[in-house]
Amino acid sequence: MSIDTELVSAPPEKLVIEKVSKHFDTSQGKVIALDNVSLSVREGEFVCLVGPSGCGKSTLLNMIAGLEMPDSGQILADGNAIKGPGSERMMMFQESALFPWLDVLGNVMFGLRLKPNLKDAERRDVARFYIKLVGLEKFTHSNVHELSGGMKQRVALARALAPNPRLLLMDEPFAALDAMTREQLYRDIQDIWTERKKTILFVTHNVREAACLGDRVILFSPHPGRIQEKFDVRLPRNRDINSVDLASYSSEITKALKRHLRPAGEEVAK
Amino acid sequence: MKRFWTSSLFFLAVILVWEFLVRRGIWDSPLMPSPSDIGLYLIQAFQSGELIDASWVTCKRLFLGYFVSLAVGLPLGLLNARFRFLQDTLGVVALGLQTLPSVCWAPVALITFGQNEVAMFFIVLMGSLFSILLATTDGIQSVPPIYYRAARTMGSDGFHTWYAVMLPASLPFVVSGMKQGWAFAWRSLMGAEIYVIVQKTGAGLGLLLHYGREVHDIAAVAGIMVIIVVIGLLADKIMFSPFERFMHTRWGTSRQ
Repeated sequence: MSIDTELVSAPPEKLVIEKVSKHFDTSQGKVIALDNVSLSVREGEFVCLVGPSGCGKSTLLNMIAGLEMPDSGQILADGNAIKGPGSERMMMFQESALFPWLDVLGNVMFGLRLKPNLKDAERRDVARFYIKLVGLEKFTHSNVHELSGGMKQRVALARALAPNPRLLLMDEPFAALDAMTREQLYRDIQDIWTERKKTILFVTHNVREAACLGDRVILFSPHPGRIQEKFDVRLPRNRDINSVDLASYSSEITKALKRHLRPAGEEVAK
Repeated sequence: MKRFWTSSLFFLAVILVWEFLVRRGIWDSPLMPSPSDIGLYLIQAFQSGELIDASWVTCKRLFLGYFVSLAVGLPLGLLNARFRFLQDTLGVVALGLQTLPSVCWAPVALITFGQNEVAMFFIVLMGSLFSILLATTDGIQSVPPIYYRAARTMGSDGFHTWYAVMLPASLPFVVSGMKQGWAFAWRSLMGAEIYVIVQKTGAGLGLLLHYGREVHDIAAVAGIMVIIVVIGLLADKIMFSPFERFMHTRWGTSRQ
């Protein structure tokens, strides 16, 4: 491993989810988060997982990240079962989860420090490369509390990209941002995805966001979490969240979403 | 700078009014030393070397007790946060003993160890250990779980997660625990020096204070109290202000 191979995107990962089930024991009793879910994701595909809260989409993401294990079934990354977290799969959360005791550069370097065979100077170069990629080179040495919400998510994105993962897992990363910042980030994430060619799994409960970003939108229903429908979004990139073509896709998905909600179903945000 | 002058002027005014009231006999002199009496005592005690020796003896005891408390309390606090078994055993003991005012350890120390340095050390240790331990545990337990998860996804685990994430994340709590431990150590030592009279291995500030009372030298008593305050303030500033400056810039916490 050297700096040259670090800056070239690693080939994207192929992901196969086979009959995965997962339950949690809560104070209300046993909750089935995922029930026999199967899905396969092609190399370099941008897949959005949509569904109301409680449909297990975040649980699925955690299992792909290796933070949790399925009760039954298996998840294969390039044919190998996922046994734990690894630098080829990086995750972004709704909160930036940046470390306040490190500056921007330190945060982006965190994952790089865990990669062996790199010199510290090389790690710094790689980190600077990704900080530039998200447009924050002026803030390399800023402290986390000095950044706006959108900037924090950019740093979190740079931190996730820096170890050169092959798969990016995003758990509602833009949900807490204002509309303007979000639209900018929709453009940026599409640019970065085109340029860096990653497989991306993106969890959201915003249907329009899903239609804007995904090659495919996977619709989940809750209690127990199941995949109900899959939609191919055939629109050219980069897509604009406000475009009319996109609206027809999102209204189709919204209709399906309402159909699959149980009569007593929960409220769906937007 | 303006705030510095405000404070300085305030204290100057207090001292002047105080001096005036004592000289005019409005305050009874045998019970109320004037600032100049205190100043004279301090100069004379400094010149005789008595005060410097006593401060040195006291500081040695303090740092020995405090650093052993830190060396034992921090790791125990970490372990306590990590293992539920320890929380249910050691944690309960620590919580109970922390409520015990440190001077209450003096009788036990005297019976067990006698009138010596060990007793002194024991009182300081008992006074500060538990608050450091508990603050460390609290600090670790209030680290947002998202930090842990984020670090795990980046491939951090085991020991690395502890020193690279949990420890720095809990720093604000741990430092305030260390400060509290320091304050307790200082109080315990003063209690111990007044209560456990140790002369052979050196007279500390507490003992001087005790003697001042015995000979009814109010200027000496007040002068030594001033020295105790000054040492407390200096140590606090020197030991903790680097941490506080770091937290101020990084976390954006406000600094007074």
